[in-house]
Amino acid sequence: MATIAPDASFDRDTFHLIEKEGHDHGSAHASPVLLGFWIYLMSDALIFASLFATYGVLSTSFAGGPGPRDLFDLELVAVNTAILLVSSITYGFGMLAMDKGGVRAVQGWLALTALLGMSFVAIELFEFGTLIAEGATPQRSGFLSAFFTLVATHGLHVTVGIIWIGIMLVQVGKHGLNVVNRRRLTCLSMFWHFLDVVWIGVFSFVYLLGMLR
Amino acid sequence: MSAATDHTPDAGHGDEHGHGSKKSYLVGFALSAVLTFIPFWLVMARPIGSPGLVALLIILFAVAQILVHTICFLHVNTSGEGGWTLLAYVFTGVLLFITIAGSIWIMYHLNTNMMPGMMTGEVSTTP
Repeated sequence: MATIAPDASFDRDTFHLIEKEGHDHGSAHASPVLLGFWIYLMSDALIFASLFATYGVLSTSFAGGPGPRDLFDLELVAVNTAILLVSSITYGFGMLAMDKGGVRAVQGWLALTALLGMSFVAIELFEFGTLIAEGATPQRSGFLSAFFTLVATHGLHVTVGIIWIGIMLVQVGKHGLNVVNRRRLTCLSMFWHFLDVVWIGVFSFVYLLGMLR
Repeated sequence: MSAATDHTPDAGHGDEHGHGSKKSYLVGFALSAVLTFIPFWLVMARPIGSPGLVALLIILFAVAQILVHTICFLHVNTSGEGGWTLLAYVFTGVLLFITIAGSIWIMYHLNTNMMPGMMTGEVSTTP
């Protein structure tokens, strides 16, 4: 019985040591928030996994309605993909400006990222509007229900990201690049890049593979 | 709290491990642009006839691009947070694969093994 106590304390010390090792650079990393936010992103990836699985299962359930070839406009999707990819690198430049401490530069890159995000959402809404006008509503078939659920969930995430960028613009404007704002901007950076990763799955598996059918 | 509201331009110094360098973003962007362009070109111009081969290439390019984004933009590496970031990422990847591949596999066999009278028609005869 007496041997349990030293073991337990040893475990705790080792864990502490490991955690310290990862934090030896920059005070913005001294917080557990970044790892916690990463775990949230991973659980969000599982939501998308279930939506992708649903789409994969229902992707041929047209119920006599229109299929991907009749509906999808690949040029529009290519433009949207390019916009989201560029917005990823503009946010990356914002993070580099943050490392240098340039408040104006950070605000500029964030604003540009938000504008690109807004054009992405606008084009997606235009696409949805066109589909619905053609009668390809979510109620039409299992394929369309799964398509709208998956793509709109991603679009909703991008919308939340744009709102978050807006909040960070105000925060950085009021309080500058303090430790808290740096941490928030790092979390937002992970969120924004994560959305681009999800979009890779959407354009590859939904649009490109759909057009092959 | 005073530490939190301090304006510390030095806090990010030496943060290359956390946010990456300009080079990593530019390399990631260039690779992503290529890895995006090729699958779009494969589908829009159709230089390869076989749909099966094109589908395989699209999936391979998507996986490659996801890895590029993970390394160059999300900066997942073996040392971040003592390796927990990578561990969580790999675990999620395994769950993702099981969920998506497993669902499609099971439902495909369920569809093909259904009795003909139970099918609505559109599901089995994929156009």
